Amino acid sequence: MFEITIFIILFAMLLALVLAIIGKTVYDKILAVNIFGTVTVLFIALFGFLTKRPDFLDIALVYALINFISTIAILKFFEYGDISRSSTKNEQGDI
Amino acid sequence: MSNYDIFFHKISLIISLAFLWVMLSGHYTPLLLLLGILSVLVVASISSRMKLIILDQPILQLYFIRFIPYGFWLIFQIIKSNIDVCKRILNPKLPISPRLVTVRSSQLSNFAKVVYANSITLTPGTISIDLDDSNIEVHSLSKIGAEGLKTGDMDRKITSAEANPYV
Amino acid sequence: MDIISLVSSLFITTGALSILVGLLGVYRMPDFYTRLHAASIIDTLGAMLILFGLILYYGLNIVSLKLLLILIFILITTPTAAHALAKSALHGNLKPILKDD
Repeated sequence: MFEITIFIILFAMLLALVLAIIGKTVYDKILAVNIFGTVTVLFIALFGFLTKRPDFLDIALVYALINFISTIAILKFFEYGDISRSSTKNEQGDI
Repeated sequence: MSNYDIFFHKISLIISLAFLWVMLSGHYTPLLLLLGILSVLVVASISSRMKLIILDQPILQLYFIRFIPYGFWLIFQIIKSNIDVCKRILNPKLPISPRLVTVRSSQLSNFAKVVYANSITLTPGTISIDLDDSNIEVHSLSKIGAEGLKTGDMDRKITSAEANPYV
Repeated sequence: MDIISLVSSLFITTGALSILVGLLGVYRMPDFYTRLHAASIIDTLGAMLILFGLILYYGLNIVSLKLLLILIFILITTPTAAHALAKSALHGNLKPILKDD
């Protein structure tokens, strides 16, 4: 049962990668990479369950956070050409 | 914000970070506990250097507790609109009619506004695109989703959760 | 196979299928903003069903607390990323297709 689920999720990861290649605008590509990251987190959680090693969950946790940060950083770099700039005047940054 | 408030903020940040460390670690030998205390202190000092501690509203990090009953209602809404969007995708004719609408947000604090905009985006079929002080611009996939937001159910629930005097 | 593992494998399989439905939606939708709606199915329904099924399997211990933490992180971060994508696409002059019926 779980093997079938793992294969479905691997297929979904493949589809997300194809989407990142054929995407027309840069936003489509970033969206595809974001989907790939979320599916990868779920894959790591399921794989850790299947191989009886729940230690993999720490990696999944870190991967979820890095996925978010990389999306925001790429978007900021693409929009302003600078990662540290904020669009408003106050000292706290924004997204 | 007074010195006392900033001190209180730092203490509560350290306590919540330590709680997170204990929850994630699972090993409690003296060496690892020492390393855990060191890493909590390093993270707390870095985030106070980044001025992440000075926020306007929530003094306590436990402020989010008052939104938990709202969260269960939100999960129910998410499942309902997920089923709706799945039906639209699986329909061969793809019956979508995308539109932009503007909804009012009556929350007072920034935190509650963020909760409102995030819950709009979390519900499939509606995405918050732009927000200013009292309005949120929403991209909606269908007429039903836009009308569901226009009734202001979610807005009222968040505002009443924000004003909850007991937590 | 007892009842709990049956229910949780049902949850996990439904979650995997909903991920496929979301990706199908991403392929079928006509423009970028409607693709974001399809992608949010993966982030909410897929993640919720799969992680909840795993939580049911593990029972109440430190592992399921970690799974719950992953679920909370996903539910907080992915709408923020979707909002940032939509906002910067709108500021980058990508016009949404609008249709009134």
